[in-house]
Amino acid sequence: MTEEKNKVQFLSGNEACVWAGIHAKARFFAGYPISPATEIAEMCAQELPKHGGFYIQMEDEIGSIAAVIGASLGGLRAFTATSGPGLALMQENIGYAAMAEVPCVIINVQRFGPSTGIATKPAQSDVMTTRWGTPGDHSLIVLVPSGGQECYDLTIAAFNLAELFRTPVIVLTDAVIAHLREKVTFKTKEELFLINGDKRVLRVTGLVHDNFGYSSDVPEVAEKLITRLAQKIEGYQALLPRPRFYGPERPEVLIISFGISARAARQAVYLAEQEDLAVSLLELQTLWPFPEEKIRKIGAKAKTVLVAELNRGQVQREVRACGISPEKVRGINKIDSTVITPSEILNEILTIIKKNN
Amino acid sequence: MVIPDYKKYLAGERLPHIWCAGCGNGVILKALLIVLAELNFKHEEILLATGIGCICRAGDYVSFQRFQGTHGRTLAFVTGLKIARPDLKVFCLIGDGDCAAIGMGHLIHAARRNLDVAVLVANNLNYGMTGGQFSPLTPSKSLTSTSRTGKTETPLDICRLAEAAGANYVARTSVFHHGELRKFIREAISKKGFSLVEILTPCPTYYGRYNKIGGPGEMLTWFRDKTVPLNKYLQMNPEEQKDYFWRGKLVERDTLDFYTQGEKMKRPDD
Repeated sequence: MTEEKNKVQFLSGNEACVWAGIHAKARFFAGYPISPATEIAEMCAQELPKHGGFYIQMEDEIGSIAAVIGASLGGLRAFTATSGPGLALMQENIGYAAMAEVPCVIINVQRFGPSTGIATKPAQSDVMTTRWGTPGDHSLIVLVPSGGQECYDLTIAAFNLAELFRTPVIVLTDAVIAHLREKVTFKTKEELFLINGDKRVLRVTGLVHDNFGYSSDVPEVAEKLITRLAQKIEGYQALLPRPRFYGPERPEVLIISFGISARAARQAVYLAEQEDLAVSLLELQTLWPFPEEKIRKIGAKAKTVLVAELNRGQVQREVRACGISPEKVRGINKIDSTVITPSEILNEILTIIKKNN
Repeated sequence: MVIPDYKKYLAGERLPHIWCAGCGNGVILKALLIVLAELNFKHEEILLATGIGCICRAGDYVSFQRFQGTHGRTLAFVTGLKIARPDLKVFCLIGDGDCAAIGMGHLIHAARRNLDVAVLVANNLNYGMTGGQFSPLTPSKSLTSTSRTGKTETPLDICRLAEAAGANYVARTSVFHHGELRKFIREAISKKGFSLVEILTPCPTYYGRYNKIGGPGEMLTWFRDKTVPLNKYLQMNPEEQKDYFWRGKLVERDTLDFYTQGEKMKRPDD
């Protein structure tokens, strides 16, 4: 486990995710090479056997997530890592894990898409794919780290939440934070608070099933099951990582962002502060279920809400759906495979403030 | 033959099953349960893994541990499960569509890895659950709901494929040959490493009806007449072979299984 002298590390986001897995007692990784997530598989192949764990390279991403679910049912904490095209292949079995309530963690390092896109460049356009990529009403958890430390902390949280809610949890990073090397402080044993699952395979199926694991096509059984699956996480949002808030409570502009764009936004808030502008940032840590109430509350106090993201407004749509008046919500989006810079956000803030007054 | 108490493995309260009258799936399930009773497994030692398709509903009728995955992916799920629980005895019961079409990649790789699992392929020569479409194992010229004038594609020999991929045990029989069926299932389950038994089974509702073979009884005698022992089959010329299924044992060997191989390769300093 983490020794005091090794507590502070200099790690990339991908490496931080692997150490988080190892410290969270994950002992199984199944994967398939894909940029920009490959380092996670490489490092798992190297490190997991040293910790009594297993690495298996599957024939494709469908097989990877299937093996992860199988290992999880066998009592091992299990995870996989992939990017856009691989996530697309995993979707059916992510739905299976939601339906059969199997804990598992999927690290999705977002890259520019759709399809093969630009394999080594960042994007934040898997927002909806992670939530609704698998068919049917279901719930799952998606966490969005914005740097190395958050990759570490939120991946540990992901393993615990997966066990607690018996659900797949997706850690949604991107090509930049995956390779950005930063200071990461490891947790000590006492700080980990691991939740332990049990070690029994029972009766498991992806069909609609009764309480005993036998399949059923009775409408009442189906309704009861789907309602419970859809609501089991939404009702307990207080247990999920909360958004971070920086800046004054009643800002002229409230930035809502996540991942690498939130890092630029943090700097933009700092720059705005230097110019005596009332600008705040709400940095999401849990993307799904969407923190509607929090956003509604904080958004109500802001004159303008600016959503910064590397896509054409996927989170912006959700922010509008929270009940914030549509004319108040604006977006700063980039879809050229580069990241949003602090000065770009600051310029947008200045334009908005000029218009408002 | 004294039939051992196989009913302890049967979830009797779940009956009647959903299979059509004359379907061979019940015969396969019973043969499996009899073998389990002969080998006297405890409930917690064994797991039945299935996929999607007619035969895969078998999991609803057993009283022991059951896992049903997604269509074609059963062996990928089992790969992870067997790493986590190498002590668990796992049998897969999957259909011809499940293993030879959508899940063929996983079948090849599971055999290549020599995963310690017994795969029983219920080959009813078509997709029964969806109404009788042709599968990769459907013989050429067969009439199905998606080949109304006869299937034009060449069928696949899944047994030879498993052999080439590295399986430790491969055999084929039909539900008509019940003694042989139980023998092959017993040998497959007892074998360490990847084993596959292809079981020809009647689908009178679709395949039998479309191809005018007749009802359940006629389909069974059809399997009797259409199958020949492997050595006899090998003496036939290729044109003749097209009209028959060989049956018998194709491979029996003892290559180290996936898990044992992995354990052996671990260096002491790891």
